[in-house]
Amino acid sequence: MNWTSFDTWTVVIGALCAVACALPGCFLVLRKMSMMGDAISHAVLPGLAIAYLITDTRASVPMFIGAALAGVLTALFTQWISRFGNVDRGAAMGIVFTTLFAIGLILIRQAADHVDLDPGCVLYGAIELTPLDIVSFAGLDIPRAALVNGGALLTNLLIIIIFFKEFRLGSFDPAMADTLGFSSKFLHYLLMTMVAVTTVAAFESVGSIIVIAMLIVPPATALLLTHKLSTMLIIAVVTALASAILGHLSALILPPLIGFETTTTSGMIAFAAGVIFTLAWLFSPGEGIVLKKWRRRSVLVEPVHDSGEY
Amino acid sequence: MSVHTETLGSQSTFPVPTEPRPEHPPEVPLAIHDLTVAYNRKPVLWDIELNIPEGKLVGIVGPNGAGKSTLLKACLDLIPKTSGWAHVYGKPYRKARHLVAYVPQRESVDWDFPVSALDVVTMGAYRRIGWFKRVSKKETERAREALDQVGIAHLADRQISQLSGGQQQRVFLARALMQDAELYLMDEPFAAVDAATEEAIVQLLKDLSAKGKTCLVVHHDLATVTTYFDWLVLLNMRVVADGPAEETFTRENLQKTYGGKLNLLEKAAEALRHSIE
Repeated sequence: MNWTSFDTWTVVIGALCAVACALPGCFLVLRKMSMMGDAISHAVLPGLAIAYLITDTRASVPMFIGAALAGVLTALFTQWISRFGNVDRGAAMGIVFTTLFAIGLILIRQAADHVDLDPGCVLYGAIELTPLDIVSFAGLDIPRAALVNGGALLTNLLIIIIFFKEFRLGSFDPAMADTLGFSSKFLHYLLMTMVAVTTVAAFESVGSIIVIAMLIVPPATALLLTHKLSTMLIIAVVTALASAILGHLSALILPPLIGFETTTTSGMIAFAAGVIFTLAWLFSPGEGIVLKKWRRRSVLVEPVHDSGEY
Repeated sequence: MSVHTETLGSQSTFPVPTEPRPEHPPEVPLAIHDLTVAYNRKPVLWDIELNIPEGKLVGIVGPNGAGKSTLLKACLDLIPKTSGWAHVYGKPYRKARHLVAYVPQRESVDWDFPVSALDVVTMGAYRRIGWFKRVSKKETERAREALDQVGIAHLADRQISQLSGGQQQRVFLARALMQDAELYLMDEPFAAVDAATEEAIVQLLKDLSAKGKTCLVVHHDLATVTTYFDWLVLLNMRVVADGPAEETFTRENLQKTYGGKLNLLEKAAEALRHSIE
């Protein structure tokens, strides 16, 4: 294995993406709206395309604004369709994001001659190429993706620290939040904006499919391991970090072992997150099925103690 | 369509000089005027007119789909009113939040959520604490006291999914106590709780009432209505009758409230016999 500074940057960028996604992802999972991440990550595509067509550049700011708007619109349209069309939220989401994604693909197709967005990149991203795109920041040469995802991570961290109490209340009992004067609508759209912005930041590196794994898998893993919200956020961050590191390592090591040439790091990050989730599911102290089985067996073996004092 | 139109009709046929109804009635805990609520243009509540007197334990009784929960939610601005208003001590709800505590139905939240009993009770203090600020030690102490008041202080640090149904209901009540309100709106606090919890809730209601607080409680069990409450609102889309429990809980009123539901009527009759004995 030949580790270069490219590899270091790939891991750093992967980790920044994964952690930035895991933070708002925790609240998506807790609100039982994991698929909203899916919907938004697809629906930002027309936002990106329209921003490009209007400004004719790939400058970050208009792209961000376009995509964030598209993301928030997804949440808004979903709400409207499920309310006025009398269909459940999942169905409404399915209508909105597929339509928006299709519009995005058409727009890209129309502009394909002079745009370097190709469908493959849209779906899986190109994290291996991101270290090539260097900008200088505070006198240092840093890949643009590291800067963008680092910014998203910092913003998410700040918002969650500031609104921790409000998010906890608004996610657990939105009606109560409203009666106390903490608008659950505001909190909902704040979260949706966070998801949209984070997804856009991660888009170039990991595309619109792998980002869903980053939003959902580390929080779902954390939820298996703890009963405390703050601990859940921390475990989700650690899981995200671990999956980024393990993901890139296994992308380098695994393919030769099974006779393949290469694989993509973003895919392996998602895979590593999946493996960590499976381990947590099997061995978690509270919910793990292995320990549950083990406990049940030991109860069966020692029924004599049942009448004793504990 | 009868009760209210009849009242209006009788007023016009007997022009007894009555005091004109003031636009803003005296500052009772809850005054509701001309309240209509509709979902998808289908009315759920129709022309509700209520004045809830201070310090009373008020039971809201009516068949399924009568709009009992909707009435509470409309008072709390949780669902839009098609017409009319509900005022808390003479003020619209958004200006009287500090005076009202709400106990929603237990199934309205996800009890697998990663918070402890103490965390949930502390939420009752969030309005006092305000946006962005952390929960102070003093408020955490108060939350422990509230848990103690409902008899589950020892379960403060349990995650809420590890509590029984009755204990979860007590957590919700402790959260309402934490709000330190004047008016308590409770949506079926007695639904599916164990006998000990039911007794604890009744005691809590009596304590609140003794302190001059007003409690509005959506209730299902007709057999216990007159023992638990001293004021009644019989609801079936409209207010069928309201007033002191003993006077309001009559066969005729129940018949009007429960309509053609014979099975329920028989139960009501049985409950009535119970309460007379």
